This record gives sequence, structure tokens and C-alpha cells, in this order.
Amino acid sequence: MEVAFYIAAIVAIVSTVLTITRSNAVHALLYLIVSLLAVAVVFYAMGAPLVAALEVIIYAGAIMVLFVFVVMMLNLGKRAAVAEGQWMQGNTWVGPVLLSAVLIAEVVYLILRARLTESASGVVDPKQVGLALYGPYLIGVELSSMLLLGALVGACHLGRPVLEKAEGRYDRNSDGARAHSGGNLIRAGAGRAPDAP
Amino acid sequence: MRRNLIFILMSIEIMLNGTGVAFVAAGSRWGQPDGQIMFLFILAMAAAEVSVGLALVLRFYHLHHNLDADAANGMRG
Repeated sequence: MEVAFYIAAIVAIVSTVLTITRSNAVHALLYLIVSLLAVAVVFYAMGAPLVAALEVIIYAGAIMVLFVFVVMMLNLGKRAAVAEGQWMQGNTWVGPVLLSAVLIAEVVYLILRARLTESASGVVDPKQVGLALYGPYLIGVELSSMLLLGALVGACHLGRPVLEKAEGRYDRNSDGARAHSGGNLIRAGAGRAPDAP
Repeated sequence: MRRNLIFILMSIEIMLNGTGVAFVAAGSRWGQPDGQIMFLFILAMAAAEVSVGLALVLRFYHLHHNLDADAANGMRG
């Protein structure tokens, strides 16, 4: 277990250093995803399985997908196709694939070893975390839910005029069709032509 | 020094992740669940921060057509 911890920690440090030294945003995002997966393995080796799963699901699964979407949205224009061709020529995915291969070998080793030795010392299981989270930390849960609601409203408000400008003609078309169809959504979706019966 | 807004947000994520590792390591050292709970709060805060931050980055790009943080000097600060 200690060997796995040190290997994952080295992978995390190397991929984080490569993240902050890249000049291309997509390359940096690939290394950052590998770094977060390595930190998840570090959490599992330290005896925090719930947090390791949440790190993979929320950080590497949700937040990084948001970053990738925004980077892809901002990379518009004629240069995008040329750059896309360059990204697929190798050398960009070799580094993240090598670091991820180290991580997946380590995860397989940890799973096989956990069946042999059941009792690991220092493990805080998810039941303890849940009991403490909804016991003495209940007010924190409520406050973080309010924070997430505020972030949702703020992100909607900030992103709305940009989307309106981009999708203005579609909005007008669908609004007109919806008003013309009298609330019938099937006719509103089919009816670009307002003379439909 | 990096002045790209995307890289600034990614560096903030790295720093928040580092504090999370410190919390979880301390909680695992004493066998208490408090460190993991602090990491859950950090996770919620990072999700909120990155959603608002990326919405601001989109607005910034539509205003200035680049991602240089020095382009936002309208207040001469």
C-alpha cells in the first residue's frame, strides 16, 4: 500500500508540473485530469474511499468536462480544424496515456490486494463520514447547498445574453411557432412554417 | 507569468485540490472523518467557483476576443 501511495504521489506531482508549464490549454487539461485521477488514488491509499470516488466523479468527471467544453467553445475559427489535425498526430496524448497506465496498473494491484487482506488500519469508511456530515455538520451542508444555488443563478445570469446573441434567430423562430400553435408543443417543434394548420 | 484566464482558473483548481489533500491526510492520520467532510465542502465550493468563473470567461471572450487578463483594465486599476 505504501508503494502504491508513493507511485501515485509521484504521478500527481509530475502531471501537475506538466499542467502548469504547458502552453496549449487542451494539453494542460489532459495533464490536469491525470493529476486529479492520481490524487484520487492517493486518497484511496490513505484510507478515504468515499472521497476518492467523489474526486473521480465530481472533479475529473464534471468540473473537467466543464473546462473542456469552454476551451472547445472558445477555440472557434479556421485555426480549429488545423489544430485538431495537429492534436491527433501523437506526442500530445503519449504523456497522459503513460501516466494513466501507471495509475490503472496501480488500481488493479490495489483491488487484487484488498481482497487478500481485509483489514487495513486507519481507514475512515463512508458510514462514519455520513454520520458526521448529517450530525454536527448539518449547517455546513445547508450552507453549501445555498452556495450551489447562488452559483447556479449567477452562472445562468452571466451566460444568458451571450447565448441570446448567438441563438437569437432560433429563439424568435421557436417563440413564434409556439405562440402560433397555441401551446401545442408537437406543432411548435414541427412548425417552422407558420401556415401549418 | 501566466495571464490566460483559463490557466488561472486551472491553477486555482490545483491549489484547492492541494488543500483538500492536506485535509484528507490530516483526517486519515488521526482516524477522524472531519478531514473528509472539509474536503466535501471544498469540492462544493470549487464547483460553484468554476461554474461562475467559466461564465465570466465566456463574457470576457465575447467582449475582448482574447483571454488576456490584462485586457480587463477598464477601471485603470
